Amino acid sequence: MTTTQRLSRVNAINWNRLQDDKDLEVWNRLTSNFWLPEKVPLSNDIQSWNTLTQQEKQLTIRVFTGLTLLDTIQSSVGAPVLMEDARTPHEEAVYTNIAFMESVHARSYSSIFSTLCATRDVDDAFRWSEENPTLQAKSELILERYRSDDPLMRKVASVFLESFLFYSGFYLPMYWSSHAKLTNTADLIRLIIRDEAVHGYYIGYKFQQALAEATPERQQEVKDYAYELLLELYDNEVRYTESLYDEVGLSEDVKKFLHYNANKALMNLGYEPLFPSSVTDVDPTIMAALSPSANENHDFFSGSGSSYVIGKAIATEDDDWAF
Amino acid sequence: MLVDAAAETLTAGSIIYFSTKSGNTHRFVQKLGLTAQRLPLGRDEPMLQATTPYILITPTYGGGEAKGAVPAQVIRFLNDEHNRRLIRGVIAAGNTNFGDAYGLAGRVISEKCRVPLLYRFELFGTDDDVAKVRKGVEEFWKRQI
Repeated sequence: MTTTQRLSRVNAINWNRLQDDKDLEVWNRLTSNFWLPEKVPLSNDIQSWNTLTQQEKQLTIRVFTGLTLLDTIQSSVGAPVLMEDARTPHEEAVYTNIAFMESVHARSYSSIFSTLCATRDVDDAFRWSEENPTLQAKSELILERYRSDDPLMRKVASVFLESFLFYSGFYLPMYWSSHAKLTNTADLIRLIIRDEAVHGYYIGYKFQQALAEATPERQQEVKDYAYELLLELYDNEVRYTESLYDEVGLSEDVKKFLHYNANKALMNLGYEPLFPSSVTDVDPTIMAALSPSANENHDFFSGSGSSYVIGKAIATEDDDWAF
Repeated sequence: MLVDAAAETLTAGSIIYFSTKSGNTHRFVQKLGLTAQRLPLGRDEPMLQATTPYILITPTYGGGEAKGAVPAQVIRFLNDEHNRRLIRGVIAAGNTNFGDAYGLAGRVISEKCRVPLLYRFELFGTDDDVAKVRKGVEEFWKRQI
């Protein structure tokens, strides 16, 4: 099997005959995570929205418009090209789920807009997104790989979009949430963040599988291209971040969040993290907004593992735990 | 003989871990460079029997609920009372993107088996994680003697 072997014909999909168990595992995970924006009571954020300054409102709308563009790319171009490269019918089916959920994500931002924002401000932000050079540059860097006929680099670009490019945007709702603002909006964004983790993991897994079959020379070439693309995207993200966040004084912390997530994107591809821990130390309140238990000290080894409490009841799969 | 047994616990107090085909946890364990045994991937394969006290390293499954967070193969391993008696601590892999459920398998096992959740890491861990766990595990076994 070569790295370019694609499905040559359409056969009825049989989920009871798997070539790769991971397809079913991820399908189940994605379908059990399914949600729609209507599930989140966004209107409870109206009061909070009105406490933001005009500048903060504009920043928030722009950030969400930028995220909408990435979701649109992933739904309309990214997932469909990955489908072309799929090697099992089940992998193809997983991408149909990813494509649809990215549409749900893009739809969600419009729900936030219609609930909280003035139509004119939103129209302005969409115009801004079409003209903003750094936003357009990141879109072009990804689309260029999607248009190429290289299944490996398509997956690399896709993982960078899913696991790295979103985070300059995700930072802001986590920031508001840590200041007890727009907390329902943050709940919705957390659902998106959870989905993107599964997407990045799965596409990265399929990438590593295909890469393992390539020659050592080709593996080295792809690795070089991948790091090169990451750095190109990173330079652009830094400019994008500064253009948005300088005026509210958050750029430096957003960059740490970028480093932290760039490392995770590389790991999803099986590559070693690039940024040392000295530049990935994101503000703990942001980490807590992302993962409420992230800062609880479960580092027993450091000697301060005082949070170890035994006997707290937690629901488990009792059938499987017939102790 | 007693001295020998203690010495064996010190050096062979080992790692037992589970890793799916994606191999992230396997890669983390390889980087640790400590004595380790991998639980079988296939459900039909014979289950491992622990012979010395061990620390369990496991990924977390699912989308945020305690149900299903612990991989079925790990549950199967821990359902054996002999294996459960020898567990001394748990380390969990996960992803902060899952919010509250980050490393949830570790918390579930910690509470079920009454052993400390020693550490959590993401994907296959950074060099910092590897260094902290390597040092921590070494000191942990010394304290156990």
